[in-house]
Amino acid sequence: MRSTKSILVLAGFLLLLACGHVLTARAEDPGPASAAGASGPAAASVSASPSASDSSGSAAVLSGVLVSADSAGAEATPAEGAVRWFDPKRANIAIVVAVFFMLVLVFIRQAGKGASFFIRKIAGLDAIEEAIGRATEMGKPVLYVPGIDDVNNIQTIYSMVILGNVAKLVARYETPLIVPVCRAFVVPLAEETVKQGYLDAGHPEAYNPNNIRYLSDEQFAFTAGVDGIMLRERPAANLYLGSFFAESLVLAETGFSTGAIQIAGTANIHQLPFFVVACDYTLIGEEFFAATAYLSKEAKLVGTLKGSDWMKILLIAALVIGAVLETFGVTAFTRWLIVQ
Amino acid sequence: MKKELPLLITAIFGSFMVIDYFVPHPAVSAVGETLQQWAIIVISFSYVLGVANIARINGEKISKRSRDWPFALPLLAGLAFMLGVGIFGGIGQGTLFNDFYIYAYTPMSGTMFSLLAFFIASAAFRSFRVRTVEAALLAAAAIIVMLGRVPVGAEIWDKIPAISDWINNVPQMAAKRAILIGAALGAISTGLKVILGLERNYLGGE
Repeated sequence: MRSTKSILVLAGFLLLLACGHVLTARAEDPGPASAAGASGPAAASVSASPSASDSSGSAAVLSGVLVSADSAGAEATPAEGAVRWFDPKRANIAIVVAVFFMLVLVFIRQAGKGASFFIRKIAGLDAIEEAIGRATEMGKPVLYVPGIDDVNNIQTIYSMVILGNVAKLVARYETPLIVPVCRAFVVPLAEETVKQGYLDAGHPEAYNPNNIRYLSDEQFAFTAGVDGIMLRERPAANLYLGSFFAESLVLAETGFSTGAIQIAGTANIHQLPFFVVACDYTLIGEEFFAATAYLSKEAKLVGTLKGSDWMKILLIAALVIGAVLETFGVTAFTRWLIVQ
Repeated sequence: MKKELPLLITAIFGSFMVIDYFVPHPAVSAVGETLQQWAIIVISFSYVLGVANIARINGEKISKRSRDWPFALPLLAGLAFMLGVGIFGGIGQGTLFNDFYIYAYTPMSGTMFSLLAFFIASAAFRSFRVRTVEAALLAAAAIIVMLGRVPVGAEIWDKIPAISDWINNVPQMAAKRAILIGAALGAISTGLKVILGLERNYLGGE
């Protein structure tokens, strides 16, 4: 019953967005010239599109909307006095983002009402506690590298969130935690996060501010600094969680040579093969963003993962529909999905 | 209040930046640009915190003669020197600051980067050891792709470059895009969680 209600709300929302999109496109239609289809890029688009002659079905509707949007975008410019409050060329992104936000909010609401969601095992996240335990047994520190990007990258912000959880575990085990930082702006964030972690674990006295170390904003100066820490202080567990670039393999291979257990996680897909090869566990893409939900098991956070899963199902459906339509020569749907 | 106010600021400005992407109105864009300038100003102040962090940690290390303290000496000396020549001599072309950056830092940075070649070789050696079916598939695909990228590949068999391109453009691309879609959704949902205040660890203490 609850899911039917959610689907109805979602369908209503989608309908509202579609109506809004059509109205926006119509409101900005420059007039009879484009309506007659006599000139301009809209006309070319109509004649070139195989779906334009297909007057039935949703593909034709989508095509019509797309063509209207194109004509509005091409002819009604702010220079002509038509100041727009919505960019119709980005309507496809707006709809996808709105649907995703709706799904996430619906599942957060369901979680708030007591619904429990299944979350699969993620070996890399289970291994974090194991790695910290190993470092404790060996009497060596844990190294946490939050990437080399600034706080305007969501991965860095999320890395700080995971750092909070790691700090709690480390404080419980009374193991030193070293956090080398590549961006000056991340320093106060890391300091506050680690301090709060120690406080939450009931060991505020164990917090050592000298272990949050700003090294350099320069990529390879930072890399050299972290390599130096690994070789001199020999941490038993290296956690690389955040946004990494060319330094990823240099760090991971140096860590491997010291014999540390290594766990990496990033959404920068070009660095994933390097981490997979050199680290014991790697959080691939979305697994990285699932960390706090997985570690805390907080219902609302797990609900957001469920929303992501449903969005993936919708995207897979869109891919299948797009492939089928393209196979039969109907290009409107795929053209509508293209980001301009 | 120490948490509510930052959460409110995050929610307002986070939502605004999302809206800014979809609204082309000059009024909204102007506010967006101003906010980004604010961010640059705030970030530039954070360098003071960074320098203070370096000075405190390494200064203590030297004064207490902690382990590896001699390494802290050239670090602090280098920091003070570059800061001095930058402030008093400028940072443009032909200045001492620029010369040190180009003739000292850049070669050192290049040296660190070039280590990557050796690390790639050692990492590839480990990952291409055929112990399982998956490792065998990986090694076979890697050999074909590598051969397809060099002239000798086509000399061995003229179909190798085409097979190499197919591996890159079909299975590799499919897997990469799947990961990318998942990561993008994760990033968007994290952004939403931050805007809604569900993720608040990064704000630190109560």
